[in-house]
Amino acid sequence: MWRSEGTLNGLLLAAVVICALSVVTSQHKARKLFIKLQNEKEHAQQMEVEWGQLQLEQSTWATPSRVEKIAAQQLQMQLPKNGQVKFIRVEPDGRADRQP
Amino acid sequence: MNYAASAHPDITAKLPGWRATALFAVLLAGLAGLLGRGVYLQGIRNDFLQEKGNARYSRVIEVVAHRGMIADRNGEPLAVSTPVESVWASPADVEADNRQIKQLAQVLGMSDGELKTRLFDTSRDFVYLKRHLPPDQAGKVVSLNLPGISLQREYRRYYPAGEEAAQMLGFTGMDDNGQEGLELALQERLAGKSGSQRVIKDRRGHIVEDAGSLRAPKPGNDILLSLDSNVQHLAYRELENAIRQHKAKAGAVVVLDARSGEVLALANYPAYNPNNRGKVSSQAMRNRAIADLFEPGSTMKPFTVATAIEQGKVSPETVINTERGVYTVGGKKIRDTHPESMLTVAQIIQKSSNVGAAKIALSLESETLWQSLSDSGFGAQTGSNFPGEAPGKLRDPKTWRPIEQATMSYGHGISVNLLQLARAYTVFANNGELMPVSMLKLDAAAIGKKVFSDRTVLALRGMLELAVQPGGTAPLAQVEGYRVAGKTGTAHKLEDGHYIDRYVSSFVGFAPASNPRLIVAVMIDEPGNGQYYGGLVAAPVFSKVTGAVLRALNVPNDAPLNNVIAPPADIVKEEV
Repeated sequence: MWRSEGTLNGLLLAAVVICALSVVTSQHKARKLFIKLQNEKEHAQQMEVEWGQLQLEQSTWATPSRVEKIAAQQLQMQLPKNGQVKFIRVEPDGRADRQP
Repeated sequence: MNYAASAHPDITAKLPGWRATALFAVLLAGLAGLLGRGVYLQGIRNDFLQEKGNARYSRVIEVVAHRGMIADRNGEPLAVSTPVESVWASPADVEADNRQIKQLAQVLGMSDGELKTRLFDTSRDFVYLKRHLPPDQAGKVVSLNLPGISLQREYRRYYPAGEEAAQMLGFTGMDDNGQEGLELALQERLAGKSGSQRVIKDRRGHIVEDAGSLRAPKPGNDILLSLDSNVQHLAYRELENAIRQHKAKAGAVVVLDARSGEVLALANYPAYNPNNRGKVSSQAMRNRAIADLFEPGSTMKPFTVATAIEQGKVSPETVINTERGVYTVGGKKIRDTHPESMLTVAQIIQKSSNVGAAKIALSLESETLWQSLSDSGFGAQTGSNFPGEAPGKLRDPKTWRPIEQATMSYGHGISVNLLQLARAYTVFANNGELMPVSMLKLDAAAIGKKVFSDRTVLALRGMLELAVQPGGTAPLAQVEGYRVAGKTGTAHKLEDGHYIDRYVSSFVGFAPASNPRLIVAVMIDEPGNGQYYGGLVAAPVFSKVTGAVLRALNVPNDAPLNNVIAPPADIVKEEV
């Protein structure tokens, strides 16, 4: 009886030690993962900032006044006059109907 | 030596029993005190120590939230916040030799001397060296690695459309809060609310654990405006050309969606570049279409005539004696520049006769005329909620003298802003309903208020279409391939209560006349090139803007393409 009690205590002690160590390691792992998460979050934020900047850049390059200037001056294009545009109305049944 | 033996044998070494008891009690009390204090600190009042302990490793950090984007109705960005770095120094901690200061000054684009005075101003703990640096320049500052100099992330607002929508959007201050225009009007929805978060940091300053969010950051909302940046560009371009051509002081163009009352474009000239406002005059900052009042002149006549038709006083065919161009009311003379003896009501609009309009107005009760002008939105806010909107003046009808009622019929003695005038024309473009004006994109159709009956409105549309044809005051407003309708206005400006020989030329019209989609209002302030009639100065701007916008919006033609009839050399001049 006394012998088996001792074994039990020994086993419990070992279990406690193992548990304690695994708490420590899992805490450590959690922190490492957290730092990773934090980095990813920061990265995501950076991407968002970049997205904003790219949006801004795109809309700056694509302002109607700039497009118009390049089209007219560099590419020698011109707006069609009203007479040069024909409107085609698509009827609900899919038939195209030429407008005046 | 045996002390015990040397002691007197009769005196027993007996200490009083209470001393040991007392000492025991004292020790016990001490122990109880310590235990009690321990329990108190650990269990009952533990917050103080807890706080001290937390302070060793836990920190509260701010989580910034950025300001929302303003975009046009198609999602094209018009105002975007993007992070920039501001460089600041704490002068007491700065360590830098002359060479390093020179390098820093170069990166920041400052003179050495200026930088030194800021860096060594030890009376202050915190000095901004340069605010709002782009990220690549900020990187160079970091690479210099100077102690006492740090970066702070801030947001800066950029406006891709530049000057074209400058007065409309307004701008934000250094701290990204709206100060003018829509940035100010929409401040609450645009502004982000920064949050805070408790974190655990290790010795090296890394965040190792998230200990819970105290306040979640709330980024600002993105807002879609009713503006169409393409339409805005077309309006601004034509306005700028016209103002240069006529050497005018200023001008504005408003384009409304006739069906919904949404503002598709609102352009002002002169303008400024909101991305680089070094020294901007307050003149350039004014949103004239909303904040400036002017006397509308003849653009008011359709409202007078519509009221009379609605009341059954006249019909479009009624002939009115226009007195050969001079008519005296209350001792004051009302004149027409092109005297006629008889005109029909339709011709009064077409040829813009003051005498005719005055006579029609005088046939109405002053309350009736006031009510219909007020129902058309004059003298009241447009509902745009734009900061600094001037509501205009429409005086109480009880104070009107006959001469005032007569002049009001052709737009003198009443003041309006251009947006208000454009909105009033929704009545004619929209089957008699006055639509509320909106600067935000609407999801559902707005609900209008019926002012005139369908019959009256159709009659007026016919008259306004006549006005833009040869024989009317504004043949230059014609648009190839589309039927348009509108009215010119030319008014003397008021200075210190007297009319002076400077003018405001205007034109308000809508198109296509068969099924109006757009209302375009043009106002040119003080054209200085000899021409000042609305039909010569403002109508061509209307024609160009309307033609370009109708095409850009793919509105089908409602007229043959050879519909524009060249006007005769002498365009009918309207009254001033």
